[in-house]
Amino acid sequence: MSKKNYKLEAKDLNAYYGSFHALKNINIAMEEKAVTAFIGPSGCGKSTFLRTLNRMNDYIEGFRVEGDILLDGRDIYAKDVRVDELRKEVGMVFQKPNPFPKTIFENVVYGLKIQGLKDKRVLAETAEKSLRQTALWDEVKDKLDKSALALSGGQQQRLCIARALAISPSVILMDEPTSALDPISTAKIEELIFKLKNDYTIVIVTHNMQQAGRVSDYTAFFYMGELVEFAKTRTMFTSPKHERTQNYITGRFG
Amino acid sequence: MLSESVRFFSEVSIIDFLTDKQWTPLFAEKHFGILPLVAGTLLTTAVAIAVALPIGLTIAVYLNEYSPGRFRQTIKPLLEILASIPTVVYGFFALTVVTPFLQKLIPSLAGFNALSAGIVMGIMIIPMISSLSEDAISAVPRSLREAAYGMGSTRLQTAFGVMVPAASSGIVVSVILAISRAVGETMIVAIAAGQQPRLTLDPTVPIETITTYIVQVSLGDVPHGSLEYRTIFAAGITLFVFTFALNNLSFWIKKKYQEKYD
Repeated sequence: MSKKNYKLEAKDLNAYYGSFHALKNINIAMEEKAVTAFIGPSGCGKSTFLRTLNRMNDYIEGFRVEGDILLDGRDIYAKDVRVDELRKEVGMVFQKPNPFPKTIFENVVYGLKIQGLKDKRVLAETAEKSLRQTALWDEVKDKLDKSALALSGGQQQRLCIARALAISPSVILMDEPTSALDPISTAKIEELIFKLKNDYTIVIVTHNMQQAGRVSDYTAFFYMGELVEFAKTRTMFTSPKHERTQNYITGRFG
Repeated sequence: MLSESVRFFSEVSIIDFLTDKQWTPLFAEKHFGILPLVAGTLLTTAVAIAVALPIGLTIAVYLNEYSPGRFRQTIKPLLEILASIPTVVYGFFALTVVTPFLQKLIPSLAGFNALSAGIVMGIMIIPMISSLSEDAISAVPRSLREAAYGMGSTRLQTAFGVMVPAASSGIVVSVILAISRAVGETMIVAIAAGQQPRLTLDPTVPIETITTYIVQVSLGDVPHGSLEYRTIFAAGITLFVFTFALNNLSFWIKKKYQEKYD
């Protein structure tokens, strides 16, 4: 196999919550500027794995990781890595829209402000750019100083994506970003993911098989903490190698 | 209390009561201006809050964002012990420990003063602020903390940029409750602040608060039923209005902002 440009790699990754073995010997390599979907039944470890990619699990007591996760070939669990710097590179969108209880504008520029950026013009330009990227600009341009909590769920989620884009990460992790949204908002977000993959590496956890089929280039199937199968989405959905994958994607369990 | 105060105000005009700058009901030349007592009360309270708010809030943030869970569970009850020490002990502490210590730093400090009474009162209300604020911060949804961390915030930025503002209504309520506690505090100021009604904002001289005046008159040999005797009811009503207003304010803030951050 030729040496490809892998953005994210996991090597012999094991993760534990206390004595519970949540991830077992995960080996995976994700391509740059592609969408990788993680699927699998609840409790299979897909979200846990996603959250190890930007060390979001660090704050959970008793959680520990063995093995390596490489971002551009660098181990993100190395001692000299600063978590806050890492998360500027690897942005995250959560299951439930979680805008800050601040104005729409403040939400989008939050990441820049905490980095110490004060230039009003730059802040305004970045805000507009990020909101345009998420197709939210036309909907909110007249109420940037209104509370973000007044937006609809779908708009809030797009705002959260805009907020993540504003600090220009190279990877965006999405943890079931549409599971709390209606079908129309879901369609908008999926459209967005499709557009964003030109510039970003996207990893998305989803419970929705059709969604994985629609938006992703690669799919990884997790079961009981193990990575059962990882392949091009089209390949996996048409001719899965493992029986378990077959059963899951055809809806026989899960 | 109301009927005694009504009788008081039939003899002393309410305008004099609110505007006269002297409070000397026990002297030959009587003045009934509540302002010096109000100023004394506000002064000690302000000093107390200036001590308790930064320390209490820092403790709350530390317990929430930095300390491991088990440590938090032991330190919180320990802190609350601070609130259960008898206030007379605090008063003595202010008079015999804090004042001599402060006099080394500020030579002009009087033996009785608002400063050390206020500082010690602040120590007393720290647990009130830290405990209630800690509850308020831990009630902020976890998703908000994750959002902040996910954006690359450091712990400090998360704590003061996101968690504290999101918990601000609860924190404000804790401060208001602490203020009403400080306004009503009697023993510490009676022991350490002197009992000289004085209209001043200088914390280094002796002052008198509303509460200590009531104690002073109740203990002295003021004839029952006299005008001097009735002054304590007028003072009491003033105090009641203060704490009642503060409690209402905290209730109102809580109600108005409670659900804002879902």
